[in-house]
Amino acid sequence: MAKSAQKKARSVTLDATGQYYREMNTEVRELARAGCDEIVLDGINGQRYIADGLVDKVRIVINGVPGNDLGAFMDGPTVIVNDNAQDGVGNTMNSGKIVIRGHAGDVIGYGMRGGKVFVKGNVGYRVGIHMKSYRDQVPIVVAGGRAGDFFGEYMAGGLLVLLGLGEGEGAVAGNYLGTGMHGGTIYVRGEITDHQLGSEVREFPLCDDDIKMLADLLAEFAADVEIDLAGVEPDQFKKLQPFSHRPYGNLYCY
Amino acid sequence: MPGNMVTSEFLVNVDHERCRRCKRCILNCGFGVFDFQNMTTADSSKCVACHRCVVFCPEEAITITRNPLAFREHSSWDVDKRKAIWKQAQSPGMILTGMGNDLPWLNVFDHLLIDACQVTNPSIDPLREPMELRTYLGRKPDSLKVERDDGKFKLDSKVANNIKLDIPIMFSGMSYGSVSLNTHRALAIAAEELGTVMNTGEGGLHKELYPYRDHIIVQCASGRFGVHSEYLNAGVAVEIKVGQGAKPGIGGHLPGEKIGREVSSTRMIPQGTDALSPAPHHDIYSIEDLRQLIYALKEATGYKPVSVKIATVHNVAAIASGIARAGADIIYLDGFRGGTGAAPAVIRDHVGIPLEIALAVVDKQLRSEGIRNWVSIIAAGGIRSSADVVKAIALGADAVGIGTAALIAMGCRLCQKCYTGNCSWGIATQRPELTGRLDPDWGAERLINLVNSWSLEVKEVLGALGVNAVESLRGNRERLRALGLDESTMDILDVKPAGR
Repeated sequence: MAKSAQKKARSVTLDATGQYYREMNTEVRELARAGCDEIVLDGINGQRYIADGLVDKVRIVINGVPGNDLGAFMDGPTVIVNDNAQDGVGNTMNSGKIVIRGHAGDVIGYGMRGGKVFVKGNVGYRVGIHMKSYRDQVPIVVAGGRAGDFFGEYMAGGLLVLLGLGEGEGAVAGNYLGTGMHGGTIYVRGEITDHQLGSEVREFPLCDDDIKMLADLLAEFAADVEIDLAGVEPDQFKKLQPFSHRPYGNLYCY
Repeated sequence: MPGNMVTSEFLVNVDHERCRRCKRCILNCGFGVFDFQNMTTADSSKCVACHRCVVFCPEEAITITRNPLAFREHSSWDVDKRKAIWKQAQSPGMILTGMGNDLPWLNVFDHLLIDACQVTNPSIDPLREPMELRTYLGRKPDSLKVERDDGKFKLDSKVANNIKLDIPIMFSGMSYGSVSLNTHRALAIAAEELGTVMNTGEGGLHKELYPYRDHIIVQCASGRFGVHSEYLNAGVAVEIKVGQGAKPGIGGHLPGEKIGREVSSTRMIPQGTDALSPAPHHDIYSIEDLRQLIYALKEATGYKPVSVKIATVHNVAAIASGIARAGADIIYLDGFRGGTGAAPAVIRDHVGIPLEIALAVVDKQLRSEGIRNWVSIIAAGGIRSSADVVKAIALGADAVGIGTAALIAMGCRLCQKCYTGNCSWGIATQRPELTGRLDPDWGAERLINLVNSWSLEVKEVLGALGVNAVESLRGNRERLRALGLDESTMDILDVKPAGR
């Protein structure tokens, strides 16, 4: 497609069937830079690094299962995945939104500093590790299903919300929940026993602000991932927070 | 009961006959040693022997001596071990320290001798003949295809992006947060002037330094502080910091006291909270994961070279091979003498292996696998002089990194108290009344002088060796001999004993 034609096109559809990620991502990057509003990627099957480091306000719709590090270092775009996603979604993301209308793998939102990642279904291990907030940037990860071990480990800021919907045995999140956490908040809907929690984390009562924030967030989540949240109420969540911003302050002698 | 059983390390003596009572010592000491009550008084227990007061006393009235207090000798229970026990018995915790390993481990560099030409293969005078120090860092192709087009030769191979250094010496990563912004400024100015690079360390890059982008390597460490798309593109290369020579295998804790407004905005974390870097990158649990991050960074930066920094540990050769195969362009080896702003002493002093040995085994391993050209090797963590630079290059380094030496050039006295944030020289501190002491232009000038001096010395040695390019010495262990090293160490280094 010629450069001039791209500029006029508000929405462009690319068939990525069998395409190597490097060529495909270069095309996506060029389209985004040319001011394209929407890029639809059909036939995606494991291509990595989609929207990696993209700073343009573009909407990318992915039909198929994208590969690892979807939206890594991303700073602005909106990405919609009409399927499952793999590992590393939103790695060190700065702003923008990633909506996954299926399940997602491990290490979602690692070191994320802003923007939103919404996962309709389950998420794997190490989700939300070292998320951090800064000024008006508050990273948010919401998962409709269940989570594996190390959910919110080392978390320094932002919000992790786990709805606990769907099938599954035992607790809705795994062990080492919030280990080393020193900022941010985790909301979990479902049973959590004390042995699952990191020693830096405690349950705190929900306040009115939490309820209001959760109600708004759940409505946005439901609309984006296309899920019916009847029966899910903000007051059903447990609020987990660290009780010290300096968990390792007493580790040293001089 | 005695409050403190740890006796003063140093004694501060003020000669009251010379003292003019100008109180400069009081202003200059970051550790609060001095006070004034009719005359200048000193609390020796706070002294770290950083010499700031001595240098700034106009009357030379201050002397600092080691506390001569006698301890009953014991060859096993040396005084430092006893003091450590007293400290920990008093307040529980790991003993924290700064700068590099200070234990008297064997220094291999000091047991290596450099060759020179005599009679045959004449030496070269670098003052009269050109001597090439230029170095390119990054992946080199396995082969080059050159086409002849209309009588002109044209390169027909795709060559990966490389970084051009005018000298094989770069400044090692020291984060803004552990060191002051003026320290970063001085390093950036000097790097530009010298045609080399500085490394941001893991604390991000202050916006003011973005104009130096052609002379900066930006780091991406486990805490991902200040890492975003614009930052990743603000340098000539990106470095994934996996480990640090002073503290292999552990993360970092920058205390909340050092996170002021500017550090907070550069690291993009709230003021006053601890900046905790996890021990591993939690998105890297394997070589495959490392490859994933390397290519995520390449995708985000238009395929700039990616460096992977590791601490030199026991199986460093196999790890380096994995890093090369993961797609890294540069492997940065940080030896166990490398510096730090803060590390537990037990780690700093006892974990890792010497740079010299790691460098030799990594170079050898990559050569034996036929992939040495895939990566450039940076040797850092223990480079103290131009002699070390030459020896490191002969052992297989493409270039070296200097951190501690750069700080010493700007006034650091190696007091090893960086973790307190009280650095009287304005280097390892964020206290505004202290950071202002380091004038970036003055610091840069001293760095430029130091590196230019070393460059002259490197050229002089190259001339004596009879080669006219640093390239000809790279990995050339035949030009080294060992004195006083055991058989197995020489075997590992692949260096013959002197006389053979």
